[in-house]
Amino acid sequence: MTDQASSCLSRRDALKIAAAGTLSFALPALDLRAAAKRGPEREKSLITLWLAGGPSQLETWDPHPGTKVGGPTKALATMVPGLHIADLFPHTAEQIHELSVIRSLVSKEGDHERGAYFLKTGYRPDPTVTHPSIAALVTQQQTDARVEIPRNVMIGNDPFPGRGGYLGDKFDPFKVFNPQDKVSNVTANVDDQRQQRRLSNLDIIEQSFRKNRTAAADRTQHRQTLKRALTMMTSEQLRAFELQHEPAAIRAAYGETSFGQGCLMARRLVETGVKAVQVTLDGFDTHANNFDGHQENAAILDPALAMLLTDLRQRDLLESTVVLCIGEFGRTPNINPLDGRDHWPTGFSALLGGGGLRSGVVIGETDPTGAKKDPVDPIEVPDLYATILAVLGVEYAQEVITPIGRPLALCEGAPIERLLLPST
Amino acid sequence: MKVRAALIPIAVVAGVTLLVAAAARDPLRQPRRSSPANVTPTLSSAVATVDDYLNQSWTYANIASAEPADDLQILRRLSLALHGTIPSLEEIRQFQTDTQPDKLRRWTRRLLDDPRFADYFAQRLARVYVGVDEGPFIIFRRDRLTDWLSSRLQADHPYDETVRHLIAETGLWTGAPAVNFVTSARIDEDFDENKLAGRTVRAFLGQRIDCAQCHDHPFRDWTQDQFEGLAAHFGEVSLSPFGVEDKPQEYTIQDRETLEDRTVAPSVPFSPTWLPTAGTSRGQLAAWLTHPENRRFRRATVNRVWGLLFGRAYLRPVDDLDDPPPTDAPDLLDLLADDFAAQNYSIKHLIETITATRAFRAASTIDGGDDKSLAAAESKSAIFPLVRLRPEQVIGAILQAASVQTIDRNSHLLVRTIRLIREGDFIREYGDLGSDELQERGGTIPQRLVLMNGDLVRELMESNLFNSVGGTATMAPTDEQCIETAFLICLSRKPTPPESAHFVAQLQDSTDESREQVVEDLFWSLLNTTEFSWNH
Repeated sequence: MTDQASSCLSRRDALKIAAAGTLSFALPALDLRAAAKRGPEREKSLITLWLAGGPSQLETWDPHPGTKVGGPTKALATMVPGLHIADLFPHTAEQIHELSVIRSLVSKEGDHERGAYFLKTGYRPDPTVTHPSIAALVTQQQTDARVEIPRNVMIGNDPFPGRGGYLGDKFDPFKVFNPQDKVSNVTANVDDQRQQRRLSNLDIIEQSFRKNRTAAADRTQHRQTLKRALTMMTSEQLRAFELQHEPAAIRAAYGETSFGQGCLMARRLVETGVKAVQVTLDGFDTHANNFDGHQENAAILDPALAMLLTDLRQRDLLESTVVLCIGEFGRTPNINPLDGRDHWPTGFSALLGGGGLRSGVVIGETDPTGAKKDPVDPIEVPDLYATILAVLGVEYAQEVITPIGRPLALCEGAPIERLLLPST
Repeated sequence: MKVRAALIPIAVVAGVTLLVAAAARDPLRQPRRSSPANVTPTLSSAVATVDDYLNQSWTYANIASAEPADDLQILRRLSLALHGTIPSLEEIRQFQTDTQPDKLRRWTRRLLDDPRFADYFAQRLARVYVGVDEGPFIIFRRDRLTDWLSSRLQADHPYDETVRHLIAETGLWTGAPAVNFVTSARIDEDFDENKLAGRTVRAFLGQRIDCAQCHDHPFRDWTQDQFEGLAAHFGEVSLSPFGVEDKPQEYTIQDRETLEDRTVAPSVPFSPTWLPTAGTSRGQLAAWLTHPENRRFRRATVNRVWGLLFGRAYLRPVDDLDDPPPTDAPDLLDLLADDFAAQNYSIKHLIETITATRAFRAASTIDGGDDKSLAAAESKSAIFPLVRLRPEQVIGAILQAASVQTIDRNSHLLVRTIRLIREGDFIREYGDLGSDELQERGGTIPQRLVLMNGDLVRELMESNLFNSVGGTATMAPTDEQCIETAFLICLSRKPTPPESAHFVAQLQDSTDESREQVVEDLFWSLLNTTEFSWNH
């Protein structure tokens, strides 16, 4: 442990010296940024824009203007022939051809917590097992050992974050509650000399504890987690969390909101090799004032989503980054007396694209009169996740034995062929 | 958040100031409480019976067993299990000066009678009963449920009676807190009978009913009929302005095959003769479940309590147990379970018994034991297992380590408020385990980061006049005693000679100003060891 600690410190010292002398070229040869690789060469990542509360399909990707169920929301044409989206998303309209639109997702979970669980794991809640989130499943596949920061990151405050579940806590997301703050707990509280003393103290005390139980102590993984935490604390890759390195124009284009800056951080993170990032935008639970609510949220989501797509494409990262924009369910076609819409797990919308998926596909339709509950061409949530896992190279159908000895498929769906390019 | 931010510094200063006078005294000579009273000398013979059973199983399997653990080590285990925290220096000093016979038994009783036990165990049990979901807010009051459980534990009411209340109680969730077991399972406009049946069987019989398709055991091979029959026992539950009631009505479900509604009558998967003929269907289920001949109920309870005490159930998984062994070949759970029933389902008695066994009091290593023999010993409870502490045990231990005095209900309200707020914040950051309480896991990187660099640890462990770090740095008469105090506060043990030598040298090299830093660094290191975060 002492060796590890001192090597970390010396690298940190080297960085300090290099930074002070503006000798950035003299930085240790890290070759750590997966950003060195571009296009299809890159290991793929997943960015989920989580619209918490249940976004209205009618005020996002499935407007029905001029109908009773459509409300005041108008529609905007896009570059995809025949595809209109809500007029609240002018910037997205210009970029949406990079993605596909699913308008016929179906779920049976109309409660926020249960719906969020289903939409994050592809499994309905089951008291006997905690399923891993799709982000955790993807993270488990990470092969790039050079990534020194957490590979599954959640930005923003999501009350129901997906878990590592039966895969273990180490696949839980690393939480960044506010992307505009400095990322917490990654800096030692004391100077290097004292930190060194602390770590060598630790070594002494650990030795007594390990005596007569080396294997048992190893099984705790305490030392490995400590070592990885120390590696992270001194990693150059922490810069991925530091938005001040971005030009002001880029930051502004994402929107000076917590969510917008979170999307920018998501781009920086995947560029550094992080496997799964979720950025949360809360506030879609619009039982009252649905239209004002969606207008406010769209003003945050629209620039951020559009800029994320632009930025990823310009950096040649879009082909290796799946972008999913989704919430736990949709909202009723019926408008209630409070000018709101209620929970609607039947026939709601999502955007999906990038990562080598087909773009410009529009799947399913909902009834503009609101009379028919079930959408045309219903898409099951597990099928959506099988699609994402397939494109990310995960053997989604493989069975794993859960801690209680029960075999369970990673995902019970089948990929939506229409969204896959022939090569995948 | 704003209130919190403002409250914490004020509360810290005020709360800590109140402790100054007490903290400044030498804890060795100033016990705050009287010594624990003598307890009745006859503890049931169950301890001897269990120890015999363990001895025989070790001899039979040719397993080396560990020496008894050091008394202080056992005190630490007891504090973690019963109070969710480590012993304070104040308690350790009293414990060290107690030379009366039957010390561990008296101290176990003292810990059980301390309200911290009832409060902590109530939280643990509530998770088993209703999970960690927030549930439907208006009709589910977790605080009422845990307060009620706490008072039942404190008074040591029979556990079978507690369970009958949980399953069959009627009334409002505020006035009749046990009904929260039922109201927690209300989804949208309906009670979820399946959830209630699943929880009942999991929590009280230690079985998972929906994942045993592949097993051959007669009981674990559940059929859909059996499950539906159990769920039907909750079919009469209804909600009125008076709260939860039982309204005689038919229980119908949609058939999965035909998609048509059909009626299901309440039934039980075995021993229907235990069902009383009168009463509500919930009441009947409760009576059947806790019937004196229902071994599964008391075995599951004993196994669960064993799990909460060791951090690992005796038989695992805790809620997926095999059929009980034949009655003429009782296993360890039977021995404890029969005694538990004979002692009128007293949880305190059960805990006293388990914690007095050789299994609980064994060391967690064997001198000269190799990895293989240690693993074998651990599998047969011949050594105490290495188990990761739960998040609230970690924060409890950190907060206690920052204070020389015991933090309990006698502590000033402000101190307890800080504890509560910080506990919540810390657990949010550290990551909760959810309801999979007894699953084995390793720590995570964010957890290490929180303990190494987090604000809470930094604030608490910055040497000042009022906390344990400052007190240790300034008040210990010698360097050796300074080191020893720090080890006792954090790890409940004395330093080994090499450890002592290492740290004494650091102190001797330090100046007056840097001495506090040396002690701060020592505390930081102690808090970041495996030994601190793992029960052993």
